[in-house]
Amino acid sequence: MAGVEAMPRSNGELVFEEPWQARAFGVAVGLVEEQGLDWEEFRRRLIDEIGAWEHEHGTGSGDAYSYYERWLAALERLVLERGLVTAAELEEEILHVAAEDDHGHDH
Amino acid sequence: MSDHDHGNGASDLEVRSRALESLLYEKGLLTPAAVDALISTFEEDLGPMNGARVVARAWVDPDYKRRLLEDGAAAIAELGYGGLQSEHLVAVENTPTVHNVVCCSLCSCYPWPVLGLPPRWYKEPAYRSRIVIEPRAVLAEFGLELDEDVEVRVWDSSSEIRYLVLPQRPEGTEGMSEDELAPLVTRDAMIGVTKALSPVAA
Repeated sequence: MAGVEAMPRSNGELVFEEPWQARAFGVAVGLVEEQGLDWEEFRRRLIDEIGAWEHEHGTGSGDAYSYYERWLAALERLVLERGLVTAAELEEEILHVAAEDDHGHDH
Repeated sequence: MSDHDHGNGASDLEVRSRALESLLYEKGLLTPAAVDALISTFEEDLGPMNGARVVARAWVDPDYKRRLLEDGAAAIAELGYGGLQSEHLVAVENTPTVHNVVCCSLCSCYPWPVLGLPPRWYKEPAYRSRIVIEPRAVLAEFGLELDEDVEVRVWDSSSEIRYLVLPQRPEGTEGMSEDELAPLVTRDAMIGVTKALSPVAA
């Protein structure tokens, strides 16, 4: 994996803090475009996820807030609730990817 | 959900993200080329340098400024910027008596085509909640002190509208070209938490 110093920056700041965040971002925006969805379909779920976190942690607690964790959760909800993938399919793929990693396989 | 590492250091979040991405490709719902192109666009083509050109143009060309304030999306399109949910872009002008600042209190809405992706602090719960409640205090923390007679307007992005602050043109910039003015226009000035840079370095 490329070092942090090699990652794209804007204004001197990292555009994405980790590569998976860039992927999650691209998948959400790409999926909405490719499937002809309204961006609001994703945004309202993102708002829900953010709201749920804030309900639990508050807005001033200083607890570590991972925006892209909220983003990924909203994206998962979008694809599941729109019936694009099933929960079983997603679970199976997650296990598959994790197993590939644990055995050090390239894919 | 905790985010622990797998054998090669991949986190739970990374595994979930990769799994979802793979599944969508397998089902033909999305292509790697589309995702790669989007990431590339955001890493290379979109950023505050675009908004700075828009602002510099507005500073030197009063007719462009008028068009920008009337229809932001159409005006930025004149410079080649658009798409990606910027259909309802509104430019708000700072004056000696009005200072504008932008937020998205519910999530992270931001004028991507002209500013790229938002900085981390813009998306954090603290900024999003405090800027609407106590804007002057938040601005002061960014180093911006405003006189009492300056009205502060906070623009909370809705599902459709994206905002771009048109900062005041700094003193001492008479006769400067657009190319000379653009570097004075910072991302933070276009969000509204600071003013544009002075041409005379401190």
